[in-house]
Amino acid sequence: MGGSSGILAPASPGSPPVHAVEPAVVARDLAAGYGTETVWAGATFEIGAGEMVGVLGPNGAGKSTLLRLLLGLLRPQRGTVQVLGRPPMRGNPDIGYVPQRRPTTDETSIRGVDLVRLGLDGHRWGTPLPGRRQRAAGRRVADAVAAVAAQPYAGRPVGQLSGGELQRLLLAQALVGEPTLLLLDEPLASLDLRHQAGMAALVSDLARELGLTVLLIAHDVNPLLPVIDRVLYIGRGGVAIGTPGEVITPEVLSRLYEAPVEVLEDSRGRLFVVGLEDEVSHPHGY
Amino acid sequence: MATDGLRAALLLAQAGAPARRTSPRASWDVVADVRQLLHYSFMRHAFAAGTIVAVVAGVVGYFVVLRRSSFAAHALSHVGFAGATGAVVVGVNPVAGLLVFSSVAAGIMGALGQRVKGRDVTIGIVLAWTLGLGVLFLSLYTGYATEAYALLFGEILGISQRDVAVTAIAGAATLVAVAAVYRPLLFASVDEDVAAARGVPVRALSAGFMVMLAVAVSVAVQVVGVLLIFSLLVTPGAIVERLALRPGRAMAVSVALALAFTWAGLSVAYFSPYPVSFFITTFAFAAYLSARLPAAVTAVAPAVRGPRRGWRARG
Repeated sequence: MGGSSGILAPASPGSPPVHAVEPAVVARDLAAGYGTETVWAGATFEIGAGEMVGVLGPNGAGKSTLLRLLLGLLRPQRGTVQVLGRPPMRGNPDIGYVPQRRPTTDETSIRGVDLVRLGLDGHRWGTPLPGRRQRAAGRRVADAVAAVAAQPYAGRPVGQLSGGELQRLLLAQALVGEPTLLLLDEPLASLDLRHQAGMAALVSDLARELGLTVLLIAHDVNPLLPVIDRVLYIGRGGVAIGTPGEVITPEVLSRLYEAPVEVLEDSRGRLFVVGLEDEVSHPHGY
Repeated sequence: MATDGLRAALLLAQAGAPARRTSPRASWDVVADVRQLLHYSFMRHAFAAGTIVAVVAGVVGYFVVLRRSSFAAHALSHVGFAGATGAVVVGVNPVAGLLVFSSVAAGIMGALGQRVKGRDVTIGIVLAWTLGLGVLFLSLYTGYATEAYALLFGEILGISQRDVAVTAIAGAATLVAVAAVYRPLLFASVDEDVAAARGVPVRALSAGFMVMLAVAVSVAVQVVGVLLIFSLLVTPGAIVERLALRPGRAMAVSVALALAFTWAGLSVAYFSPYPVSFFITTFAFAAYLSARLPAAVTAVAPAVRGPRRGWRARG
């Protein structure tokens, strides 16, 4: 499917289902920033419906800023962006979002299922009264919890959960509203290697099963390599998008970050990008 | 924190505390005791106001603990102190002064406090200044000793029928407001980022909750006073937080606890020579201790956690 714009890929058995003709995200010469400061600019890309894209880049490159733009929490400084065929709007029910996790206090009494429930109707006014609608809501929450296999610990207070358990429940919270686009900010952070692979596989399986488009921010591309279709690297002056093999090369990344970047590959096919963090955190430090 | 106010209050208490009454005797006949309790109108007023306050404090207190805004509750009570003393100076009902001052302060604090981290500093600065104002108003008012005592430590036995009516209206308004925003408020309290992305107006809710908190504080001050506000507005919520219940049930238990502290405090105080506030705070403290005890005992290695919570609002 790649980045082919507007062309409907023929649905063959085994390939991810294609739900919409239009791409999930279309950005044209997009620039983002806060106040007068620009974080990145010149971003032109398309993300096809049903695609799973890893969003990468050094610390401070503006990966979360991209998600904030798509969520309608931040206005573009320049350019245009369409999300699911519309300009971004806050509270779009077709988007499921898991923000980057700050450590929670260990005494929060809210249970995992309560957290998932908020994803279903937490944005509605009023107080729900017991009744048929409540039971139906309870079933949908239970389904979402089951989809991420979180039943054993969903009844525990979130403060007592491990990072991986909390991430799964937050994924269930994002899924319970039945979105078509999933935006995940660093869902693999604070997980060990084995759990990183498990989480990536879970997201991939669910996305395929439910026909979701996924943008997943990550610090390290390696746990994502088995599951993503393409990667999106964010630089100050634009983005590089394509398959990992196309983008994670010294030429492409050096051009994007205007600095000498090297890519090393070990015997197991893992990629190591060298020189990115230094150059971006100290752009003129030489 | 509140030591200045405390010292002032202690001096005042020595000077002008209400004289101890000779207390009635309790018997083992519960019906007769209840009849005795409700014999005087001042006790009926006290029970009516105490009940309303406990329900409001139990509901709002659940969110206070969830949102880690106990410091805001504390500060609003002090701002309310300035409002109440100011009202006394100009000859207005102190409850009205409480409501107006703390609501306005809550609106300002809600508007200022968008940056979560800076909130406790902002609140502390406002708090210090309003306590100063309260001291000024007290000095302007000549017969201040008992009035100040009542505001600082609560004097529910002196509550008038009109105060009960004001409390009922303010309390009902708060409960209706909470019911109207219950779900998004819960969402914003638990997970502000996702709530904002889902279209919940988190800033407006935050400011709105501060006003609800201000009203709850104002009515609760009548029962336990400015300095003891935590026992009704924070302790029930803090106990419930340790029980890991679903939010609706947690709120119900929080209300039940606040009711139990208030009713038990009123009843025991009636048959003893000691103040109501002492018993309410003591029952609240004892309940909190017994809620913490099991966890404290099972935790064989109580890792050095340092002082957490309580005064410092995480925001």
